[in-house]
Amino acid sequence: MPNKYIGQSVKRTEDPRLIKGLAHYVDDIRLPDTLHVVFVRSVYAHARIRSVDTSAAVAAPGVVAVYTGQDVADKLGPVPCASALPELKVPDHRVLAKDKVYFVGHPIAAIVATDRYAARDAVDLVVVDYEDLPVVSDVEAAASGGPVIHEQFPDNIAYKLTSGEGDIAAAFTSAERTVKQRILHNRLAPIAMEPRGVLARYLPGEEELTVWSSTQIPHLLRTQLALMIGMPENKLRVITPEVGGGFGSKLNVYAEEALLGWISMQLGKPVKWIETRRENIAATIHGRGQVGDIEVAFKNDGTITGLRYNVFADLGAYHQLLTPAIPTLTGLMLSGAYKIPAIQINITACFTNKMATDAYRGAGRPEATYVVERALDLVAADLNMDPADVRRKNFPSADEFPFHTATGLDYDSGNYEAALDKAQSIADYAKLRADQKAARSEGRLVGIGISTYVEICALGPSQAMPAGGWESATVRIEPTGKVTVLTGASPHGQGQETSFAQIAADELGVNLNDVTVIHGDTGVVQYGIGTFGSRATAVGGTAVYVAIQKLKEKAEKIAAHILQADATRIAFEGGKYSVSAATAAAAGASSEPVVPVGEAPAAALPEPQTEGRTSLTIQEIALAAHLAKELPPDTEPGLSATYFFEPKNFTFPFGTHIAVVEVDRETGDIKFLRYVAVDDCGKVINPMLVDGQVHGGIVQSIGQAMYEEVVYDEQGQLITGTLMDYALPRAVHIPEFELDRTETPSPVNPLGVKGVGEAGTIGATPAIVGAIVDALSPFGVKHLDMPIKPEALWRIIHTSH
Amino acid sequence: MKQAISLSVNGVTRTDEVEPRLLLVHYLRDVLGLTGTHVGCETSLCGACTIMLDGQAVKSCTMFAVQADGSEVKTIEGFATNGDLHPVQEGFWEKHGLQCGYCTPGMIITAAQLLERKTNPSREDICHGLDGNLCRCTGYQHIIEAVKYAATKAAGK
Repeated sequence: MPNKYIGQSVKRTEDPRLIKGLAHYVDDIRLPDTLHVVFVRSVYAHARIRSVDTSAAVAAPGVVAVYTGQDVADKLGPVPCASALPELKVPDHRVLAKDKVYFVGHPIAAIVATDRYAARDAVDLVVVDYEDLPVVSDVEAAASGGPVIHEQFPDNIAYKLTSGEGDIAAAFTSAERTVKQRILHNRLAPIAMEPRGVLARYLPGEEELTVWSSTQIPHLLRTQLALMIGMPENKLRVITPEVGGGFGSKLNVYAEEALLGWISMQLGKPVKWIETRRENIAATIHGRGQVGDIEVAFKNDGTITGLRYNVFADLGAYHQLLTPAIPTLTGLMLSGAYKIPAIQINITACFTNKMATDAYRGAGRPEATYVVERALDLVAADLNMDPADVRRKNFPSADEFPFHTATGLDYDSGNYEAALDKAQSIADYAKLRADQKAARSEGRLVGIGISTYVEICALGPSQAMPAGGWESATVRIEPTGKVTVLTGASPHGQGQETSFAQIAADELGVNLNDVTVIHGDTGVVQYGIGTFGSRATAVGGTAVYVAIQKLKEKAEKIAAHILQADATRIAFEGGKYSVSAATAAAAGASSEPVVPVGEAPAAALPEPQTEGRTSLTIQEIALAAHLAKELPPDTEPGLSATYFFEPKNFTFPFGTHIAVVEVDRETGDIKFLRYVAVDDCGKVINPMLVDGQVHGGIVQSIGQAMYEEVVYDEQGQLITGTLMDYALPRAVHIPEFELDRTETPSPVNPLGVKGVGEAGTIGATPAIVGAIVDALSPFGVKHLDMPIKPEALWRIIHTSH
Repeated sequence: MKQAISLSVNGVTRTDEVEPRLLLVHYLRDVLGLTGTHVGCETSLCGACTIMLDGQAVKSCTMFAVQADGSEVKTIEGFATNGDLHPVQEGFWEKHGLQCGYCTPGMIITAAQLLERKTNPSREDICHGLDGNLCRCTGYQHIIEAVKYAATKAAGK
């Protein structure tokens, strides 16, 4: 029977509350007697704290308490880092700075007051006596001596790592040709529209702490907070209400989350902290922040024979949860969509006096894709080949999967040529090139950029993950026939309340509106890992799917028992278990359902009428399973199943993006003429949601390529501290996207899905930059660093002759 | 010293004593409990706090509550009438114009104003009209389609 919901653009069930303004984000939750917390944060990038005088603040109207680093130093454990790398230096990261501050925005004291205006007033009354210290602002300078940030270590190098397979030295010594390019990955701020926020309530009688936090990982957060605060994990409940975007910035455990919980325990009242946008840009994790040299060895025909990337990774002042791991993901993806026999990455990861970098949408993989795609463009330019042809030449063919890379991965499935063919066909590539030639002859600066990316998703097998890579689901059918899905994933805009309901409704043969998906509450949902790394559907959705199969095995046994037929003669279709036709005809029985499943108010549950029936709906079986009067021997009452799905491999979505731009000769302004994207994320549950993920990802790429950059000056002062200075793409900046798909199922999970959350941010940046570089190629331009601003282009246009 | 204000919010008269420095957005959210209006930047750059004030879409994070004294305010909670969604709300649902939903109330109100001013806007008109509202999830394309949907729907009525 064809699916009724899977594969359809079903409208989201989460939308009505959101479009009516009736949803609840953290700051929308109101508890009586709530106190408000505001932080005193460092204005210096690197300084010794001589003293913190809080006396005036403590005496200010409305102030209930003030806590400094000294007050909490031995009360709360360190902010955790989950990455384990050989010889990694891990600084002691306390929730409040005590003796030194390491970046602008570093929290020094917490002020608790009866309302947030009073708390904010008192911030100005705290006197911090700083002794400023030399600042390490540049990552390459950090690597080469100078002042040491963390005095317990000999230098600022957090770790060095070399990885890769193949004989890289031989690849370069025997190379017919080589190219080399220094490439910068601008530091970015994730800027979820809802900043972070925490509400904590301790109930002294019950000894229970509830923390509402805008997070992507409620269960992992609960475990870490229990360790930091020193309380039993089963007395701590984390609830993620509506979350206004994350993009990796809320895949973390932050000082403020632990501190709020602890303060609530001290004061016996609810306490709330809502991050301001200024704090969000200064003290929520950043992404990217690498600079390195990419070198490629290749043959005269364009065949790539070796690739080496020497990279400096700017980790910031402290490790957040996954900070050190991000550059290693870059190393994993350096083969891109190509057969490259020898690959090497040499990472030098350094501390600087800045906010930590960590997992921002793509998390190390956009960096890999960007350097590899830029490298392919450089090879094409060097050989005077079309960039599409160089890519095609180096693809593994569709029958070479699973494909082993020299970075140690096994790509699950792929057909890279098909995606490129389709994108070129939609874009009418030959005509695009002809039009470009004609435009150039008129003096117009038109450029075409191509990216044929592959990404690593569905993170991931537990062996490769710091805290488990599986995901969980419980599916149960309630006595009234309603289906409840509990998922350990923690969607925050991706729409899994809808897409998981689509899976459940089809697999159980029930109506979509009979299914409710519950997530983000550790008091309700079994342990889970969370939503990041394009994993929710591929790992969490699979857990839902397999839990349903388990539930149906039990339902089938109950059906066979009630229908008095051998289980082998029972078939499930359209939500009904039926005895096969021949048997039914012989029995001359009815197949009309007799248990109404609807919304009409009823005084009591109906008794299932099973006498003489040849079929039962799964919802009728659920009722029978709960009443437990007609169950096979040794059968547990109730109808629910839980499954923890452990994937055997990552998934590897891929695709081709083609960008066409025109640069204005007079102003250097960049305008999109076309944007074509063909993405392959395996099987698609809801095409509309997939398109939405791709659109959003591409626009974050447009941001990185053309507008966004977190800028610190040489004193470590944050120059881009508001949305006035940190430029995000707006509606006027985007092209009309032309999207399509190819569909290569993943063999890693039974749904065949791969994940799509990060595709746009990984695939698009090189296409956009490639197009701008191509537009400027008449001026001899081969590479431009991001963000590419009109001013830079204007200078090139008006200084070259 | 607190100051008395009286204003109409979603058709209901509200009278309160507020500090002169209380921001309108905090009055709506914290005093009236209308939490559909969001704070995204505190600097009137992101538009998450957009409301209708005397028929004009304005950003309530950079206005004091006392400045709204005597005004008519409409927030996102006042956009559906008798349970029927406003055409722009319907467009956002139909066209997947939202993901995390945080910018959505402001986007819907700005789009509604845009359609009041121009009933049949071009793509360029829509993008220009939404220039004061940031969305980090959708990439805007589905929002633009949502506004087009609403324009068509409103024209058909």
